[in-house]
Amino acid sequence: MTDASVPQNVAPPPAEVEDVELYHAHSWLTKYVFCQDAKVIAIQYAGTAITVGVLALVLSWVIRLQLAFPGAIPFIDASVYYQSVTMHGMIMVVYMLTAIFLGGFGNYLIPLMVGARDMVFPYVNMLSYWVYLIATLVLVSSYFVPGGPTGAGWTLYPPQSILTGTPGYDYGIILMLVSLILFIVGFTMGGLNYVVTVLQARTRGMTLMRMPLTVWGIFAAAVMALLAFPGLFVACVMLLLDRTLGTSFFMPSLVELGERKDYVGGSPILFQHLFWFFGHPEVYIVALPAFGIVSDLISVHARKNIFGYRMMVWAIIAIGVLSMVVWGHHMYVSGMDPWFGFFFAVTTLAIAVPTALKVYNWVLTLWHADIHFTTPMLFALGFLVTFVNGGITGLYLGNVIVDVPLSATLFVVAHFHMVMGIAPVLVIFGAIYHWYPKITGRMMDERLGKIHFWITFLGAYAIFFPMHYLGVLGMPRRFYEMGETAFVPASAATLNIVITVIALAVGFAQSIFFYNLFRSLKYGAPAGGNPWRAASLEWQTPETPPGHGNWGAHLPVVYRWPYAYSVPGAPEDYLPQNAPPMSGEHSP
Amino acid sequence: MSIAIVMVLVVAGSILFHVLSPWRATPIASNWGFIDDTMGLTFLVTGAGFVAVILFMAYCLYRFRHEPGRRAAYEPENQKLEAWLGIVTTIAVVILLAPGLLVWGQFITVPKDAMEIEAVGVQWNWSFRLAGVDHQLGSSDVRYIDTTNSLGLSPADPKGQDDLLVTSGELHLPLGKPVKVLLRSIDVLHDFYVPEIRAKMDLVPGIVTNFWFTPTKIGEYEILCAAYCGTGHPQMRGKMIIESEADFEKWQTAQQTFEQSRKSDASRDTRASAQ
Repeated sequence: MTDASVPQNVAPPPAEVEDVELYHAHSWLTKYVFCQDAKVIAIQYAGTAITVGVLALVLSWVIRLQLAFPGAIPFIDASVYYQSVTMHGMIMVVYMLTAIFLGGFGNYLIPLMVGARDMVFPYVNMLSYWVYLIATLVLVSSYFVPGGPTGAGWTLYPPQSILTGTPGYDYGIILMLVSLILFIVGFTMGGLNYVVTVLQARTRGMTLMRMPLTVWGIFAAAVMALLAFPGLFVACVMLLLDRTLGTSFFMPSLVELGERKDYVGGSPILFQHLFWFFGHPEVYIVALPAFGIVSDLISVHARKNIFGYRMMVWAIIAIGVLSMVVWGHHMYVSGMDPWFGFFFAVTTLAIAVPTALKVYNWVLTLWHADIHFTTPMLFALGFLVTFVNGGITGLYLGNVIVDVPLSATLFVVAHFHMVMGIAPVLVIFGAIYHWYPKITGRMMDERLGKIHFWITFLGAYAIFFPMHYLGVLGMPRRFYEMGETAFVPASAATLNIVITVIALAVGFAQSIFFYNLFRSLKYGAPAGGNPWRAASLEWQTPETPPGHGNWGAHLPVVYRWPYAYSVPGAPEDYLPQNAPPMSGEHSP
Repeated sequence: MSIAIVMVLVVAGSILFHVLSPWRATPIASNWGFIDDTMGLTFLVTGAGFVAVILFMAYCLYRFRHEPGRRAAYEPENQKLEAWLGIVTTIAVVILLAPGLLVWGQFITVPKDAMEIEAVGVQWNWSFRLAGVDHQLGSSDVRYIDTTNSLGLSPADPKGQDDLLVTSGELHLPLGKPVKVLLRSIDVLHDFYVPEIRAKMDLVPGIVTNFWFTPTKIGEYEILCAAYCGTGHPQMRGKMIIESEADFEKWQTAQQTFEQSRKSDASRDTRASAQ
């Protein structure tokens, strides 16, 4: 079965699976609340993630205020400080970044970008969100129990995390572990959906090597998450048993504040292996979707194909595979067998090669391009600067011997905030400005968007770039107060005050974004179906915002890759993926 | 357009900050100068990469900004260029990794003549133990810990009787002599951290970890804990005093042995119960 109008060599293969009928909502409740449409689930995921993200942002102010003005703010004592550090970290990494990239952008973009009507398991997809919401509520509820949330640090290292010297011993740590277990259950249902949808539900002509890099990034991240989260799941279950039933998975014999505990024979280092077996891939679970999205933003707004598409795909896969075998670089001074240091240093620095190739290809995409400085493009460029900066400091921390003096200092804090905090968050903002017109049918305000970009990008760089130097000086992280310490000069306190002032300003400046986000719902300029004149499939839907089932009566048929920009001989500077082929066209 | 200028300013500002920053590594007081050298090399290589990539990007942003009539070139890939970039990056990574691994090799090879001492962490202070006249540390276990035996030394082990116990949190070490620090925790994770010696290592309850260094500068240094260990974490401080061999000997003879501490505790207990 081929279309007669299409030359034989570029005709897409016939459909292998018949079009499916979707569940149609018939009440307000099933349309907007318990909804099975991936697009609605995406908004629910993103809305929840951004809400807890704002909570975590406020917690970062508590941290910064204490570091700048130790002891000056009455309600911030050591417990509140450590609880804020813990909740800020855990929320941002897991409940915000992971949820928004996979649950938010994954749900919205995968079906639209591969030409599917929805995720393959819509009901399970809906469950995924509701379990995630419950996990979030359980986590936040720890603020309302005696003793408050746990202050064990986001790494939850035992024995400390389940002993009384740490805040939140009574209930906080239990709620944290239960919440993580629920999160992983919820994520697994969503993650299976993302993977199977990419593999099974692509429309005719959408070969794997014609998928937008956004889909590649999210797909690889979902596969990694399905493999890595079980490590955390196991660790959480065992730690919960150690805490509640007195088992000794991670707890050796110990004397706590003069009292001999009944634990015997457990291994604290085992927990660290399990935690980082999840924890390091987690960095790339956040980074790979950001890599994918930023590739698409740069390509669309530079009106040029992404340079070296095939290399970009292989780099994503190489990074995904390598990142499963580098977890030990978080443990160079943990007391594990020091011979591991050689192995993990080599694997860690090896990741720099595919990662650097991605950076080169992003920058080379700008060569002989036609660059439009739209808000999404600015955020993509801001990502490049912060990602390159944060990436190279990874070469310090990955190279085992250089990590020895820097580990557990503010250098580490500065590094991971730059590379997996600021860089992905800039991509999230860029992606929201970019896809908002498709989601709502209206444009966000460009002027407000640019003001938001400049404050956020320059502010965040000014917060985290100098912080590295406090780490080189030797200032440790997770110190409620530095106190009198001979090697720390008074100027370090001044720098801490400057950083805090900028952090507060950047935090408050996010209200510009929220104002723009909500105001544009009603007052934004009508966007039309494809305001950026983009080639990928999600911009070619018959309706904007896309209706239930995405594609109307007929699924789109794909004839080329998603980066057909400025193709010689084409009437316009982009060719949609589903536009019939031009005569003599040789697009990938 | 303005973003191209800002990118250049970000690069210039970062370099300037690096040159002018008053926040630098503390003056080194151990043999681990190679660690500083490797870090210096890493700075040069990665700094050059950062400057090159961002400046190239800034140039592209300026040169290829949208103007009426501009149309982008169409070039899906250039395998030769990509291969070259891959090779250059791999070489840069090897330049960083090779010296790093060599120094790590030294770091994990403890000299045979190193003096063994023990640092013990407990929420939230430091204690130390030095070998006595027999130059050997006795065995220990948390089950021996009680009010008269806070470090849990085995009461039956003859090797431990002459061990010197330092519970004041002040560790003295002789200049120029390699030290192997055995690390033991009796509750949670801690980390023996003196910025000036560069090396650090976690204390893990249930096992004994170690690292080594040679003190190279007389002086007084602060010992911090670098593994979060509960609310008292920042207050967990100790002092490390590097001094001449003679001063060290003098200090050492003033310390109490395990045997003496048991006796004095026992006699105090007897007095207390008699009253």
